Amino acid sequence: MEVKELEKITSQVRRDIVRMVTAVQSGHPGGSLGCTDFLTALYFEVMNADPAAFTMDGKGEDLFFLSNGHISPVLYSVLAHRGYFEVSELATFRKIGTRLQGHPSVSKNLPGVRIASGSLGQGLSVALGAAAAKKLNGDDSIVYTLHGDGELQEGQVWEAAMYAAGKKVDNIIATIDYNHKQIDGDIDEVLPMGDLSKKWQAFGWEVLEMDGHNITEILATLAKAKSMTGNGKPIVIVMTTIMGKGVDFMMGTHKWHGSPPSNEQEAIALSQLEETLGDY
Amino acid sequence: MKDFEIQNHKDTRSGFGAGLSELGKTNENVVALCADLTGSLKMDAFRDAHPDRFFQVGIAEANMIGMAAGLTIGGKIPFTGTFANFSTGRVYDQIRQSVAYSNKNVKICASHAGLTLGEDGATHQILEDIGLMKMLPNMCVISPCDYNETKAATIAIAEYEGPVYLRFGRPKVPNFTDPNKKFEIGKADVLHEGKDVTIIATGHLVWKAIEASEILLAKGINPEIINIHTIKPLDEKAVLESLNKTKCVVTAEEHMMNGGLGDSIAQLLIRKMPVPMEMVAVNDTFGESGTGEELLTKYNINTVNIVDAVERVISRK
Repeated sequence: MEVKELEKITSQVRRDIVRMVTAVQSGHPGGSLGCTDFLTALYFEVMNADPAAFTMDGKGEDLFFLSNGHISPVLYSVLAHRGYFEVSELATFRKIGTRLQGHPSVSKNLPGVRIASGSLGQGLSVALGAAAAKKLNGDDSIVYTLHGDGELQEGQVWEAAMYAAGKKVDNIIATIDYNHKQIDGDIDEVLPMGDLSKKWQAFGWEVLEMDGHNITEILATLAKAKSMTGNGKPIVIVMTTIMGKGVDFMMGTHKWHGSPPSNEQEAIALSQLEETLGDY
Repeated sequence: MKDFEIQNHKDTRSGFGAGLSELGKTNENVVALCADLTGSLKMDAFRDAHPDRFFQVGIAEANMIGMAAGLTIGGKIPFTGTFANFSTGRVYDQIRQSVAYSNKNVKICASHAGLTLGEDGATHQILEDIGLMKMLPNMCVISPCDYNETKAATIAIAEYEGPVYLRFGRPKVPNFTDPNKKFEIGKADVLHEGKDVTIIATGHLVWKAIEASEILLAKGINPEIINIHTIKPLDEKAVLESLNKTKCVVTAEEHMMNGGLGDSIAQLLIRKMPVPMEMVAVNDTFGESGTGEELLTKYNINTVNIVDAVERVISRK
């Protein structure tokens, strides 16, 4: 798929995110907007997975685990446009009875989701288990994950990081959404984490860095990461992003981590995001 | 009363190890994870026979539970092994989200439960684990009573689809159940039919209930003894059938009164059949160092306490 085509999708996904959280006056737009380019590139160009034949086991397919489950709006929109379920179902987000729970859940059998996430820090461990199952099954597919930067404050992430390198797990590509923001403010104010890339290197991971809003660079970096699998080391991509990317008044502030826009703010936001694939 | 012959004295954790070892040969999807307690959990035989299906995760229980959840995605049946304290309290949120809520086919196998781990003291003597686990939707909670039953339960849970908490212990205790008996999850086991009182016990306290019954029979009291190895789902029918006959009950467990087997039975009685009840369980306190037997006595959950509770409950009929 051409980069231009992927950019069309990202514009629609961003519109979906804004509309989803505004409609229910809850949800997490900031991180969702920041990870839109990555998830669109991953699902539409990188991952080998068949939406029409979704199974929990995912044998023979690449898998993705969203560890920072609060950015569910972007995952749901990307999954819907990719064909895992009808785009119209996005209108049910966070409403009673929905399959699109506030944080991803498998309790209502939503295609595309294989584990609940929301309580932070658990996704990398789950991915390591899935990666181990793939090895046992002789399945050379890849397991992808996404984590928030603030999420790395959870100790379990580093248990998993230690395991992955120590046990030479080499069929996993983790990505960190490095927007330097968390609910209470800048990461450096809440709990400074120092040099993230050096931390992962010290834990024995191959570390790549990329601009999370340059689709050409995202595709090139993911291709490079994929070429590095199978060599006895886990791979992490530290992805620089801007929280709220695409909506000028949301960009670069933690205030939109978990707050929805008003109807007036929604109109302003949507005026900045072209409707490329039709609103749901 | 039927004579329960003690075949030998064995630890229930060895029953787990033997069951896991057998599963290694019979079910290629069974995998095992351990957090640096392979010897204590008796998982060595599985590890040595199936190194590719054994995951040593180090002292990192949260990662172990998450990995176990992930291994089910791909069709594996993971058995995690560590002490009961580190299997539950330490990783409650990981179990809640990644295993129970996600309804993953993970078997959380927990040794050294309760007071009878002994000298290590209260930091390791978890008495809340049954309560923690039974509160989780989707979670099945099993607490077998001896080596044979623990081995059979280990084999049985591999065939059961869904999250299971399997609780066992450290000390060598009387091994008396039929080694050829098939383990039926969710089915109460009536060990002795009586008429004056029902004693419902689980885990190590099942043998204590048998000891108590011999004393009671000598006093002219004929108790019915039920081994509840599956605390959740509870075999309500069997309990109610017995109580319909005896009209009073004593529960016995190596666990906190809050949240334990007695708590489950009390909830059932209050809804279906309010009859006098006494609970032999640890009453809102932590344990301490000592031998297992000393601790069972000091914390009032030994044979004599079951006898006393039976006499109290009969007087309330």
